[in-house]
Amino acid sequence: MKAKFVIPLAIFGVLCVFLAIGLTKDPRQVPSPFIGKPAPAFTLAKLHEPDVKFSPEEMKGKVWLLNVWASWCVSCRVEHPVLNDMSRKGIVPIVGLNYKDQRADATKWLGQHGDPYLFSVWDIDGKVGIDYGVYGAPETFVIDKQGIIRHKHIGPVTPEALEKTILPLLAKLNA
Amino acid sequence: MKRLLAPLLLAAATLAWGQSAEIANPDPKVEARLKAIAHELRCLVCQNQTIADSDAPLAVDLRQQTRKMIAEGKSDDEIRAYMVERYGDFVLYKPPFNAATALLWVAPGLLVVGGLAGLVVLLRRRREATAAAPTPDPARRKEIEALLAAEDEPRRG
Repeated sequence: MKAKFVIPLAIFGVLCVFLAIGLTKDPRQVPSPFIGKPAPAFTLAKLHEPDVKFSPEEMKGKVWLLNVWASWCVSCRVEHPVLNDMSRKGIVPIVGLNYKDQRADATKWLGQHGDPYLFSVWDIDGKVGIDYGVYGAPETFVIDKQGIIRHKHIGPVTPEALEKTILPLLAKLNA
Repeated sequence: MKRLLAPLLLAAATLAWGQSAEIANPDPKVEARLKAIAHELRCLVCQNQTIADSDAPLAVDLRQQTRKMIAEGKSDDEIRAYMVERYGDFVLYKPPFNAATALLWVAPGLLVVGGLAGLVVLLRRRREATAAAPTPDPARRKEIEALLAAEDEPRRG
């Protein structure tokens, strides 16, 4: 008759374990299908130089970051000081993907908040954003020397994320 | 019914408005296919809505992209593959069966089978318990009856 109590208790325990694991996971962090795959190719005009085009192939041989941002993106303001700091220290070249933004708004925003980017490219209709599976700016891709996406950070890059994940990864990729 | 009618009409009106506002001359055939596909795709911004239901800018873009792909003659499978390539399996409301989702797919079946097995065991045990009701041997029976009779006899001080 002991089973009468033990079995429901065991089921309850298992359920608790599953739910507890579920609580620790952030549903907004969707694993990107791009990790370990080549960064999708694109050709976009630069934000500040509309006549100059950029394709990711030009960055071959370098480890670099592709940071998706927009002037309308509130969380982008949160991470911007972190990017500015990285840029000042010259840690890694950061290319901005200005996502669904007006050119004037975007340049004004960079004027106000500082421009940490090597340059930004202008994705007005969000097509490149779709190709990179962007669903919430800011998003940051770490791309290695071979043009392979090695990491995607969703949401603002925090000092902790930089310290714990991105910097060690950059060091490894640059080694 | 009357009480339901007003909200239903209101809902229908907003739906119709939402659909027609998105593009100038919707082709009913394309829209029907779009609707079918869009109802299976998750909007990653709102997560618990399909891209058919959501008005998030990303959902609007993805509907537009789907329309374009339909116009290009892409099959439903090609469109779904396009989305999965970019957003992963999570974009599908009906996730594929693979190592990561095996538990998700198998668990309901396991629960049903487990429950049925439990029920069968329980019922069988109960029937055995009834069938195996005690039939004391005659000698023991006599003894018991004697004891009961003794019990019934009025006690005299």
